[in-house]
Amino acid sequence: MLRRSGWVPGMPGAGLWLWVLVLGLMPTLAMAQDTAPSGAEGANAEVITAAADVVAVVEEAGTINTGDTAWMLVASALVLLMTPGLAFFYGGLVRRKNILSVLMQCFVCMGLVTVLWALVGFSLAFGSDTLGGFIGNPADFLFLNGVEFDKPWPGLTISGQLFMIFQCMFAVITPALIIGAFAERMKFSAFCAFTAAWVLIVYCPVAHWVWGGAEGFFGLGADGALDFAGGTVIHVNAGIAALVACIMLGKRQGYPDGISPPHQLPFAVLGAGLLWFGWFGFNAGSAGAATDQAVRAFVVTHIATAAAAMTWAAIEWVLPTVNGHGGRPTMLGTITGAVAGLVAITPASGFVGPMGALGVGFGASVLSYVFVAKVKPLAGYDDSLDVFGVHGVSGLWGAIAAGIWAVPGYGIDGAGGLLAGNPVQVVIQLKAILYTVVYSAVVSMVLLKVVDVIFGLRAEQHEERVGLDLTEHAEVAYTVLD
Amino acid sequence: MKYIIAVIQPDRLNEVLQELYKRDVHLVTVTQVMGHGRQKGQAQVYRGHKEVGLLLRKVKLEIAVNDEYLQLTLEAIAMGARTEQIGDGKVFVLELQDVMRIRTGETGGMAIG
Repeated sequence: MLRRSGWVPGMPGAGLWLWVLVLGLMPTLAMAQDTAPSGAEGANAEVITAAADVVAVVEEAGTINTGDTAWMLVASALVLLMTPGLAFFYGGLVRRKNILSVLMQCFVCMGLVTVLWALVGFSLAFGSDTLGGFIGNPADFLFLNGVEFDKPWPGLTISGQLFMIFQCMFAVITPALIIGAFAERMKFSAFCAFTAAWVLIVYCPVAHWVWGGAEGFFGLGADGALDFAGGTVIHVNAGIAALVACIMLGKRQGYPDGISPPHQLPFAVLGAGLLWFGWFGFNAGSAGAATDQAVRAFVVTHIATAAAAMTWAAIEWVLPTVNGHGGRPTMLGTITGAVAGLVAITPASGFVGPMGALGVGFGASVLSYVFVAKVKPLAGYDDSLDVFGVHGVSGLWGAIAAGIWAVPGYGIDGAGGLLAGNPVQVVIQLKAILYTVVYSAVVSMVLLKVVDVIFGLRAEQHEERVGLDLTEHAEVAYTVLD
Repeated sequence: MKYIIAVIQPDRLNEVLQELYKRDVHLVTVTQVMGHGRQKGQAQVYRGHKEVGLLLRKVKLEIAVNDEYLQLTLEAIAMGARTEQIGDGKVFVLELQDVMRIRTGETGGMAIG
């Protein structure tokens, strides 16, 4: 499926290859250091799928802890900041006539998804098993009834409402990720309808399987699948939906050669910076408490991202690009690598060590680079901002990598991942991926088809030419005079 | 009267203006423009996608002068803008029919300065 052989090195610049090699090899060489300190794991040693899985984890009747509450409040706010960060990451990459449409779509996710989440979404994801564990019971927490402000959520030391709002931020950003795939050509009405339906019908069930305590056929979390902060639930899920969406919508007019380059790269860099910052809440917050596992997630998130950013820049540097000229490390490539690293470390962040994180980040950039720069042009689909190439591919890689580099103390019966001598973990990871990919692809396709029949997915030809800012929203980002 | 249009490299603008001031030419309009000559633009790469033949950033000066200032102005532009590299730019000289100063309504050569 993902082949490294597609990546043919050109003229290596002095020293660069060394860096690439060191990054690639170090995690394997240094594996021995990555065993979890015995005893330090404490109560968390039994936590398999982290934050959300806590429903299934039975601890003695907890009380609300103020320290954990403080951290999770901050973490929730950090995760929220990722969506406007993503908006600028995407907004800078589109043409100047479409930036508001992208910012608007991201903000609509913050609004629309939050409302849906409060009404019924949270209950669908975290209610008791319904339809054989396929989804949570919508009646359990309908309108957030029964979600307490002053009683701990089962298995956690924070209140039910805090757990709910933290999870809400995840539901917000997941459909926002998909926006990059159909950017610059989707009708706004169709976007709203698709987003609302997708969150309830695709996101909530998958979140329930992995984090919501599902048992039986859909019980991916109960199986022991490792998804600390949402590799399958969020990035694979959104990445696959993105691929389906961009294929169903078709290419933008003029793609590939008639599309202007990104109109405001500094915005994209700003957005990537905000994503990196917010991601600490996403991953470290997924520990659900201010614990050593939160620190682990924080540290490896940072290391994997740094490694991935440098790897992407190094790849560009060593590969000859234009007319035999030497390659150049680009700003866009560096931030793309950083995001790929953030995505890849997400499912693994609570379970791997710092050296494992280097391997996760390195692999993320190599694989995503191959997909974005080589496979996409060959395949010919127009994933405008490479949602599948970055989130899909690195999400898949990260979900597998969690099964490779998990340290003893995590995974099935705490046996760790492949490199800790527990290859079964990789199989469990692949099963979770398979469920997510198949379900997301099929249902996203059906939803898009339905929305197409009712609203029409694509903006009119002349609207696409003029730009969606003016035609869909009656405003422009940049005035010419004054 | 002549109307001079010069397309130059953006980084030479300040030098050209200084040369013009030395020769007592002050009436100038400057715009940012895009363009290329035979050499085409510099290739750019975005996530592996090559963009070749892109337009380059240039600066366009428009200067109206009385005939006796034509040579001085051309000299100033050449002095300021010439680097002897490809892409230094071009100067076009056109006949100018008339000029009107909006504030006073004066026309012709008087209105230029």
